[in-house]
Amino acid sequence: MSFLDNILFALLLAAGIGYFTINVKKLIRNIKLGQDVDRTDNPSARWKNMTMVALGQSKMVKRPIAGFLHIVVYVGFVIINIEVIEIIIDGLFGTHRVLSFMGGFYDFLIGSFEILALLVLVTVIIFWIRRNVTKIGRFASADLDGKPRNDANYILYFEVVLMTLFLLMNAADFHLQNLGIGHYNQAGSFPISQYIAPVFNGMSEGLVVIIERTAWWLHIAGILVFLNYLYFSKHLHILLAFPNTFYADLNPKGKLNNLQSVTNEVKLMMDPSADPFAAPANPDAVPAKFGASDVQDLNWVQLLNAYSCTECGRCTSSCPANQTGKKLSPRKIMMDTRDRLEEVGRNIDLNKGVFVDDGKSLLNDYITPEELWACTTCNACVEECPINISPLSIIIDMRRYLVMEQSAAPMELNNMMSNIENNGAPWPYNQMDRLNWINE
Amino acid sequence: MSENLIVPTMADMMAEGKQPEILFWVGSAGSFDDRAKKITRAFVKILNKANVNFAVLGTEESCTGDVAKRAGNEFLFQMQALMNIELLNAYEVKKIVTCDPHSFNCLKNEYPSLGGNYEVVHHTQFIQQLLKEGRINFNKETYKGSRITFHDPCYLGRANNEYQAPREILSQTNAAIVEMKRSKSAALCCGAGGAQMFKEPEKGNMEINVLRTQDALETTPNIIATGCPYCNTMMTDGVKFAHKENEVKVLDIAEIIANAQDL
Repeated sequence: MSFLDNILFALLLAAGIGYFTINVKKLIRNIKLGQDVDRTDNPSARWKNMTMVALGQSKMVKRPIAGFLHIVVYVGFVIINIEVIEIIIDGLFGTHRVLSFMGGFYDFLIGSFEILALLVLVTVIIFWIRRNVTKIGRFASADLDGKPRNDANYILYFEVVLMTLFLLMNAADFHLQNLGIGHYNQAGSFPISQYIAPVFNGMSEGLVVIIERTAWWLHIAGILVFLNYLYFSKHLHILLAFPNTFYADLNPKGKLNNLQSVTNEVKLMMDPSADPFAAPANPDAVPAKFGASDVQDLNWVQLLNAYSCTECGRCTSSCPANQTGKKLSPRKIMMDTRDRLEEVGRNIDLNKGVFVDDGKSLLNDYITPEELWACTTCNACVEECPINISPLSIIIDMRRYLVMEQSAAPMELNNMMSNIENNGAPWPYNQMDRLNWINE
Repeated sequence: MSENLIVPTMADMMAEGKQPEILFWVGSAGSFDDRAKKITRAFVKILNKANVNFAVLGTEESCTGDVAKRAGNEFLFQMQALMNIELLNAYEVKKIVTCDPHSFNCLKNEYPSLGGNYEVVHHTQFIQQLLKEGRINFNKETYKGSRITFHDPCYLGRANNEYQAPREILSQTNAAIVEMKRSKSAALCCGAGGAQMFKEPEKGNMEINVLRTQDALETTPNIIATGCPYCNTMMTDGVKFAHKENEVKVLDIAEIIANAQDL
């Protein structure tokens, strides 16, 4: 017996997993370009978040139709992939349905996979219609023009092809099992593909074997290609939703972090015994940059957020600025952050591991001040995100850069801030008049 | 209108060797904005009626720095915060109530890591407590037959998950409480947050407060209730924009209760 198939399969598997591993390493490297932030506190709340929000999809179902359809594909995807274990063993050792020794339970599994595969097929077609025919607002948005819209459709096409191959492979297998051909022993139940099997009636056995083998090979090859496509796609969320919900901010949504670097400076300013002419403790230290103008200034969780975003646009559709025609789109903030981070990553790859200044930055080249100044910090985007991404934290960090590093706040805000500095209120009223309301 | 409000300051109290039960943080809007000052007075009426042992900082109070922080000026925020914390700690303040959800959020969430640890409550939570304890009563007939819709302030609702306190107060008024199509965690912002109150909006095709007021007007209310001085301004402007100011009033929860008290 020839081992050529098995060797070929092992090579395909090694290549698929190997290339994916290389890219995952790049992904981790890119995320680590972010600033440090401690998100290891309260592990029980973090596990709970991950279980409820990522595994349990609790926020997805807030929009019931999309939520239900998503759960069908999600459950289908997770469960059908159990079959991949068997496919890999069969591929490596030349067996046929090696797990069929489980008998009735095996029949139950294969039967469930088939039903789920059909449900996924139907759902994916509905998804495609929502995106391309009924053009739901958040999918028709200009945010998605070009690559992102294609990416979304490619994912759907991939799923249609994989599910079809899966059912076709089973149908041919079932047909051959019934004929008792070669090593096609009776195994599995085929509630869906049994209705496809009759198309093979009248075909030569050899042809059906070729169809079965072709579908089998294309199916596993397709899965490996899809796995490797993730790194280049918004579809990464199927993996990153889990760490993303685990490391999400647990504080009340209204709480913004207090910059420690600023606290140090302000305390020094307010300390009457501080020597203003004292030499800095470490004269070579680079002074801390306030706020963020590029991806390296953001923290690693914000960068993880950017990779995890699947561009569903719930944030943007709930954003008051976006609904009233302003340029701000929280989804675009996340997409821009990822695009810039990937650009920085490619730069590092090309320059032997170090980033060489390319004269670009997240601010201005990707995200404009006009977008940042349109935000009302209402937290609707954070509330809406099905996997707890915070576009708001990026907006605030970039505003901090604009104001503290560039003094580039809108004029009216500069007036407001001078008022606070001068008289302790955002309006030009004297602090001594603060109690006048009593007698009015 | 000069009812006698009793408003002791922390300085007065300290001079007399007394410590109030709670500090009322009036906030900049509550101190200076003409519309918000009415809310402040209404809340003090309630505090006086319930004999709450409270005090204000008065001329010693300064901006929390919240709006500077949201505008990106962390320096100015922390300067304000550290000054305020020094003062609050010197007065040994333990508990704070405020009518402004922005001050509420800032004092509650952002002051602790800078050394300011207080129990902070929003005035709707405080009023709800007073009602529950029977420390205040109001005329339940005042709003009979009217329709009230509540606009959730972002910094009370989404930011701090308080949706119930204002609704529980309103539910005691005998008015019909009608929810907007977007409410609680799905509520639309009034458009004032994130320092927008102090600047012209960015270019768009409509104003956020007009859109939010449409939500409110769809419920055909007699009263749009709020719990935030900035929301109040935005919704009031929105009602004027819709030429409904004769039919629809925008009132703070404190005003709704204070107006119904036979004072």
